[in-house]
Amino acid sequence: MSYAATHDQHDDHHGAPKSFFQRWFMSTNHKDIGTLYLIFSLTMFFIGGSFAMLIRAELFKPGMQLMQPYFFNELTTMHALIMIFGAIMPAFVGLGNWMIPLMVGAPDMALPRMNNLSFWILPFAFLLMLSTLFLPGGGPAGGWTMYPPLALQTDSLAYVVFAIHLMGISSIMGAINIIATILNMRAPGMDLLKMPVFVWSWLITAFLLIAVMPVLAGAVTMLLTDKYFGTNFFNPGGGGDPVLYQHIFWFFGHPEVYIMILPAFGIISEIVPTFARKPIFGYKAMVFAIACIAFLSFIVWAHHMFAVGLPLGAEIFFMYATMLISVPTGVKVFNWVATMWGGSMTFETPMLFALAFIILFTIGGFSGLMLALVPADFQYHDTYFVVAHFHYVLVTGALFAIIGSAYYWMPKWTGHMYNEFWGKVHFWNSVIWVNVLFFPQHFLGLAGMPRRIPDYNVAFANFNMISSIGGFLFGATQLIFVGVVIHCVFFSKKKATDRVWEGAKGLEWTVPSPAPHHTFEVPPVINDDELAHGHVND
Amino acid sequence: MTSGGIRRSFTAAAALALASFGSVALAAPGPWQLNMERGASTWSPVAYHLNNIALGVCTVIGVLVFGAMFVAMFRFRKSRGAVAEKWSHNTTVEVVWTTIPVLILITLAYLATGGLASWADTTGSQMTVKVTGYQWKWRYDYVDYLGKSIDKVGFMSKLDSQSDQTRQLGSGLDPFAVKVGDESTYLLNVDKPLVVPVDTKIRFVITSGDVIHSWWVPAAGWKLDAIPGIINAAWANFTTPGTYRGQCAELCGQDHGFMPIVVEVKTKADFAKWLAEQEAHSAAPAPAPQTAQVAAPAAAKQG
Repeated sequence: MSYAATHDQHDDHHGAPKSFFQRWFMSTNHKDIGTLYLIFSLTMFFIGGSFAMLIRAELFKPGMQLMQPYFFNELTTMHALIMIFGAIMPAFVGLGNWMIPLMVGAPDMALPRMNNLSFWILPFAFLLMLSTLFLPGGGPAGGWTMYPPLALQTDSLAYVVFAIHLMGISSIMGAINIIATILNMRAPGMDLLKMPVFVWSWLITAFLLIAVMPVLAGAVTMLLTDKYFGTNFFNPGGGGDPVLYQHIFWFFGHPEVYIMILPAFGIISEIVPTFARKPIFGYKAMVFAIACIAFLSFIVWAHHMFAVGLPLGAEIFFMYATMLISVPTGVKVFNWVATMWGGSMTFETPMLFALAFIILFTIGGFSGLMLALVPADFQYHDTYFVVAHFHYVLVTGALFAIIGSAYYWMPKWTGHMYNEFWGKVHFWNSVIWVNVLFFPQHFLGLAGMPRRIPDYNVAFANFNMISSIGGFLFGATQLIFVGVVIHCVFFSKKKATDRVWEGAKGLEWTVPSPAPHHTFEVPPVINDDELAHGHVND
Repeated sequence: MTSGGIRRSFTAAAALALASFGSVALAAPGPWQLNMERGASTWSPVAYHLNNIALGVCTVIGVLVFGAMFVAMFRFRKSRGAVAEKWSHNTTVEVVWTTIPVLILITLAYLATGGLASWADTTGSQMTVKVTGYQWKWRYDYVDYLGKSIDKVGFMSKLDSQSDQTRQLGSGLDPFAVKVGDESTYLLNVDKPLVVPVDTKIRFVITSGDVIHSWWVPAAGWKLDAIPGIINAAWANFTTPGTYRGQCAELCGQDHGFMPIVVEVKTKADFAKWLAEQEAHSAAPAPAPQTAQVAAPAAAKQG
């Protein structure tokens, strides 16, 4: 016993526990759990991406080439579920785990054991969900939105519902942990309005998660009881209403969209000032804009349902509320541009991804504004125009921010610089092919191609082939990223300095690179000049 | 990001060029089509013009914002010796770039609200057609025309057999070979189209017999979900005779991509003749009673 106690003590001072199993499976360390989240997310990104490659392969030319239509529907459904719940959300939780304690001067997350549990639920949840692809009856094929009555025709419904319950539990625990850490564990002197924007964005996102994940759990549980326990929530034959499900689902679903983009806003607000060597423009406006967007996200859900036959008054209300979102979002974009104005910019890989984010996310925002206009949406709804829209905000938006942040913080995580040349190769290939992949989908939608179809009229052939080529090359490009990460972690000889980037400000850059296993065991003495937002008056 | 900006301005310009020249009523999607079609109903230009205006507004804002970004990227580079300034706030510009978007939004909202109100007004219709979605076909029932109710004119409408054979996995048939005249109709043709008269305000009442579908003919300018247990209503008044093609727009199972919609718009005289033929035909013993029975449960749910 006494040996064990001294042994633990020894580990605390010199790094991670030695046993692989102990370190990675029983970890309560925010950095190790953050790493686990990021590795998990990258794995899911490639699984979800391989589904996307199959989808684009089938859509390469008209005629059914490779698969039966039902399998195609399984792919579109799984692609969305994996990318949303398996790739984007865990990546943000991983980044939050790694960086929030470092940014606010905390020794670890507030609830380390719950942190371990919330991660280790995820692999089981996704194994459960992916296993349905190998079961008789097949996987879910009714779309990730699982609209009844169609979703009730799926044999694997129960598996998916339980997987979603697990993911929800994991997300809620993660969110509680982040809120508890930010509100209770900040170093003395780290006032709320001196926190990095990334921390602010995660604080607000965590509240969104706690508010809406239980709503999703409720919606899918009602599906489960409708299918197996004779209830009639959504069955018109028993007095239920299929549209009720859509209202409940999108009350979760729209805040969910912002759960996937607000932390990205935070990341961009870290990267741009660093490489512009100039403080962020309008710090308080940036924080307030995030809060505004979060609030508005609760009152716009029915803009996903303009074609279900809502009453005129409801369509008008949800149209106006949706259009309103473009005001705080516009403020954010303008402020990023104003941050660059008068700066002294360099263009390392994280900055390139951030700049691409600003432009391409804004294009996704433009198509979002167009979609908000109900009469035009009667044409756009459920077409490839929508597919193009949400891939611009989620791929060139959320994903580009995640990749940019990985390049930005990788030297701090690993203690080594990544290879800048290959980082730029990765960037330029990503940004070119992602546009070849998604821009033509706007045209397909406007010309009348519905989404979620495995085959199409020959008029859509040209742009589909271009889109597929872009898709294959964008997918292949991401292998470069894996190469850069592996090189940086295991082979890079170039040591990173503690500051890493010339213009970097904030507590995370005051600890050594690589960040030692334990940091801020004694709260740091905060020097306002060290912080990115130490002297905020406006 | 350079490519994104250039690509965007190029395609936006191309789309605008097409918008200015391309006000033809397209009956079906064309290869390399870049923009929405104007449509062939009295209401469809509302959606089309709103689309063009919004696209124009977004293009102008995009050019300004991305332009400012590129200027910043070239002027304020460290490699050109730029020294970072210290300011991080300017109340005037912040008020300006919050107010201007609000004014633009109010304009767009005004235009959209007017268009939406006219879409929602189904009063004064001269004809009613009931549309029922099934996995994976449509049923059309003619309810009334010019104040007279119509009995027993109704039929199923499903994917034409040539498309159906071609679309089978490994059929070896060429989708480009599926044609009606010069028009490529692969997956956009049916065995029996919906026939309606021109210059008539037609009320469509839309429902479903199983899962949710969505009835969409782009030339009409809108789509509306077909939901079991619910009757949705919308209207269209087609201005030009012709054949207009659309598809189901809500995922409804494995053959969601294979339940097209074809509307044949005839002159009033031709339509009256067609309707008389149908009525005479249905007065004779019904050849396919099972189709009528399928529709019955859906009809019963209306109450």
